Amino acid sequence: MTTADVYLQQVINGTSLGAMYALLALGFTLVYGILELINFSHFNVFMVGSFVGLGMLELFGVEPNAAALTGFALIGVLVATFAVTMLASGLLGVVIERVALRPLRNVKGPAAMITTIGVSYILFNLVLLGVGADAKNFPSPLPSISFAIGGAVLRLREILIWIASLLLMGGLTYFVQFTKMGKAMRATAQDPDAARMMGVEVDRVIIMAFFLGSALAGAGGLMFGLYYNLTSYVIGFTTGLRAFTAAVLGGIGNVPGAMVGGVLIGLIEAFGSYWISAAWADVIIFSILVLVLVFKPAGLFGRLAPNKS
Amino acid sequence: MPRETPSTEADLLLEFKSVNTYYGDLHVLKDVNYAIRRGEIVSLLGGNACGKSTTMKTIMGVVRPTRGTVLFDGEPIERLSTSARVRRGIAPVLEARRLFPRMTVFENLEMGAYTRKRGSEFNEDLERVYSLFPRVKERRNQLGGTLSGGEQQMVAIGRALMARPRLICMDEPSMGLSPLFVEQVFDIIQEINRQGTTIFMVEQNAAMALSIAHRAYVLQTGVVVLSGTAAELKENPSIREAYLGELQVNAAA
Ligand SMILES: Nc1ncnc2c1ncn2[C@@H]1O[C@H](COP(=O)(O)OP(=O)(O)OP(=O)(O)O)[C@@H](O)[C@H]1O
Ligand SMILES: [Mg+2]
Repeated sequence: MTTADVYLQQVINGTSLGAMYALLALGFTLVYGILELINFSHFNVFMVGSFVGLGMLELFGVEPNAAALTGFALIGVLVATFAVTMLASGLLGVVIERVALRPLRNVKGPAAMITTIGVSYILFNLVLLGVGADAKNFPSPLPSISFAIGGAVLRLREILIWIASLLLMGGLTYFVQFTKMGKAMRATAQDPDAARMMGVEVDRVIIMAFFLGSALAGAGGLMFGLYYNLTSYVIGFTTGLRAFTAAVLGGIGNVPGAMVGGVLIGLIEAFGSYWISAAWADVIIFSILVLVLVFKPAGLFGRLAPNKS
Repeated sequence: MPRETPSTEADLLLEFKSVNTYYGDLHVLKDVNYAIRRGEIVSLLGGNACGKSTTMKTIMGVVRPTRGTVLFDGEPIERLSTSARVRRGIAPVLEARRLFPRMTVFENLEMGAYTRKRGSEFNEDLERVYSLFPRVKERRNQLGGTLSGGEQQMVAIGRALMARPRLICMDEPSMGLSPLFVEQVFDIIQEINRQGTTIFMVEQNAAMALSIAHRAYVLQTGVVVLSGTAAELKENPSIREAYLGELQVNAAA
């Protein structure tokens, strides 16, 4: 493998990881943009999503030693698994908002944020109780096809992650830019009082932000399983913190910022692991988090404090 | 055309009956009564912190009265959500304009029509706003936050019109505008009123407000201390002293 091949391989790995972080980062950013709330329960909505995905695949009879699917069967299983996982995760986000956060809507201070940490631990422990502490094998319906590009290897799973992420991020961008609800979300993020005065039902906008963010996190959880071929109740915290760093790096509250931030963090992880060691990747990522918070709290693209008048 | 005839119920578009509004323990509006008839421009005058914006917030449902009734079109609305009030035909022009800064002018106008269906009426309303404010049309793809103060006020008024309201509540439309713009804005307000929309307008600029209003109320620390036709109030000595200082200066010059 030449150096160029190695770098290409890191780009392939980094952008796949990064796409996953970006999906997760979007959930932080959507909710923060509207409520100025850092939603730590998001970490474990992602984790739950990966288990929902696992359950769906098992339901479809995808097992570690089963023959890989092809053609329409493969596409059908993938689409259905993504759809159910996203729907279930999205609804979980809505339930969290409704049950744990809405009662605190008008409470000032860190109460809501601390509640999200509590909810995160509840999900964490529920899954631990339900499935146990061992990492679970995550069967893949994908045939093990790979392409050699020079000395680098591009596998089907990376192509799947790219395509799914592009579709989801494209869909989200379209939704936020062009639909009536999307515009109401942007208006609410920019000036909630004025949005309410236009007749926007702000509670519905908040529910939508939780639903979309959590659905994307669920898709991310499914991708995590397909990428690493395993999942576990602990994946929420490490992956979630990296994605949170991505959101902060891109400017929390800023939708395109979260996408770019996610891919950057993925690339930093891939190249950091290669140049130094995997153990150092988190050190680098969280040093970036600290540096951004200290020197550029609004992130690369800005948008920390929505304009409060 | 101030009407001297006593108003009948059917004439009334908006009515406050002994409205009391609080923020926590702070009693802001105290047994306030207003009666706004269809087709009028009514101005609400008063010094700082007397409850003018609170009046507007009480109409829009941002705060709710603790006691008293707000009637719109003869029906009590004080328990309705803001969104339901907008649907019934009340639209605000907010204090300090409050455009959505990172949305385009066109998107800001769309937000004004949020409670309405997109269709031929939307296009008619848009054309109406563009013909009242050609400048808004020119700027339709610019971000709200990058407009000048006067342009923002035009968009804010246009945004209210997009709701096809029967009543527009304006909170200090002249605030922070140059005298030339103030005059333009007031001309447009009159024009909008002539086209049939009732206007309830908070103003610190009493001289300008009384020049276009049919009637006015004067609020002092949450109590209505005076009301009457604009002509009466212009002649009232205490008004002249308290709010029309600049008129006297002008007269002396
Ligand atoms: N959300 C709020 N919470 C607590 N107190 C408030 C709130 N809004 C207004 N007040 C208080 O209520 C009183 C009336 O405020 P209001 O905004 O209605 O005054 P105003 O007549 O519009 O004044 P101005 O001319 O300065 O705009 C003020 O003393 C103000 O401090
Ligand atoms: Mg005010």
